[in-house]
Amino acid sequence: MKVLVQGKVRGIVLKSEMPINFLGTVDKKTGMISDKNHDLFKKSIRNSILVFPSGVGSSVGAYTIYSIKSNNSAPLAMICKKSDLTVATGCALANIPLVIVSSEEFTSIQNGQNISLDTKDQNIISCIN
Amino acid sequence: MELTKEEESALKGEQGEIMQMAYRILVATGESTDAEKLVPIEWAHLSGVNYNTIGDAGEEFLSSISKSARVKVKTTLNPMGFDIDNVSNYNLDEDFISKQLSIKNSYESIDVTPSFSCIPYEIFNIPKKGTQVAFAESNAAIYANSYDNLKTNKESAFSALASALTGKSPYSSLRKEDEPNITIRMKVDNPNELTYGMLGFFAGKVGDISVNVSGLGEMDRRQCKAMCGGMGTSGTCAKFVFGEGNSDCEKIDFDEKEMQKIHDELNTAEKGDIITLGSPQLGLDEISDLVDKLKGRSFKKRCMVFTPRIVKEQAKKIGYTNELERAGCEILSDCCTCLTPLINKDDVDAVTTNSIKGAFYLKNSNGVDVNLKSLSQIIEDETQ
Repeated sequence: MKVLVQGKVRGIVLKSEMPINFLGTVDKKTGMISDKNHDLFKKSIRNSILVFPSGVGSSVGAYTIYSIKSNNSAPLAMICKKSDLTVATGCALANIPLVIVSSEEFTSIQNGQNISLDTKDQNIISCIN
Repeated sequence: MELTKEEESALKGEQGEIMQMAYRILVATGESTDAEKLVPIEWAHLSGVNYNTIGDAGEEFLSSISKSARVKVKTTLNPMGFDIDNVSNYNLDEDFISKQLSIKNSYESIDVTPSFSCIPYEIFNIPKKGTQVAFAESNAAIYANSYDNLKTNKESAFSALASALTGKSPYSSLRKEDEPNITIRMKVDNPNELTYGMLGFFAGKVGDISVNVSGLGEMDRRQCKAMCGGMGTSGTCAKFVFGEGNSDCEKIDFDEKEMQKIHDELNTAEKGDIITLGSPQLGLDEISDLVDKLKGRSFKKRCMVFTPRIVKEQAKKIGYTNELERAGCEILSDCCTCLTPLINKDDVDAVTTNSIKGAFYLKNSNGVDVNLKSLSQIIEDETQ
């Protein structure tokens, strides 16, 4: 597990098996995914712990992440399987905690789970019952 | 990643919100690229200036940081969306103009040198060999690494901005002395600038971080520049090394067949409605060569020439701009073929150019077709 942006939050997992292109497919005002071919279509990433494989597309997408945060529609934290510079810099700009996990860890995180994420803790990610 | 006490304190927010954000970007970038530390840099070159590319989110972000942020090292700037002296001549909408001006003002208030150029390596003095810099413009990063013996990663707009604000950059990938693991063997005879551009485009597709290129002989600045422009367009690769490389390098040939494939990919029209020269922007030697080629001739259609303001001023003193204007050229500074809003698919179906980078972005961002030709061919076909 690798910490890219530090932080401590609790929240409900919103999990996608598909990469996210922040530029153009996430509504900056609502945090809603507008790509109808995406498994999170019409779902809002707002206040979730967003778990997805990685970001794709233009690096300008980092500004989109910053915008979503400015509009109070951003996820509480993001967890990815692969690091990419768009999501990394976007989360850094917006101060959204971001960690990279292994494939096994990624598989073990379930949609709808209530988890706590604390990058300073020994167990960075833990389940809350 | 190991941080010094001062870097840790900045990351905690003890040096203000802007420094905290900048260090967050450096750490996130460094951790993603397996850097073990940050190193000082002496010069940052920023991208993310054109409103066409960064949009409202970028404009708002820059405006908000411009109130308190200041750059710590020499920082230069990529082109924006228009020539500040000719804004009213191009039917740009008011919203575009005001947002672009806001971006310009934001950068100026954080003490960035308003160079609006994608060829910093031709208009500024080059620091000594081995100097660490942070260039976000792809062609400039490749040129700096390959030709000027400087060291930079292929930065993002954000990592370069963070480097400008802190004077630091993650010590990863191209800042280290790793050797390329691929060698491209140049097998095309009688290359012109278009050939070098396509070779670069090919190299960017097959390479990952850096590539060796063999079979080139002695190269001049302009051939290198064409190659850098092509390479930065097609991939993440940000350095070429001249020579065969060591024996366990994978060898790949760039021959007539590979070149034709790239030509077919980028050349989508038989002829253009207008001509553009410069992406990357033209330097003084290219302007001089263009003036020579245009002696006694003039363009039969509109020809836009993109060059940095400082080069335009030099060219004016020598009398080149008069010559170019006489031949029908429209000289534009502060902007570039690449990602310009000045070329619009409502007015233009296809553009003739000798730029690989220009061709790619005209097609993919502006949505116009491209007729790709060498400069000599353009002069032969399009002037009288």
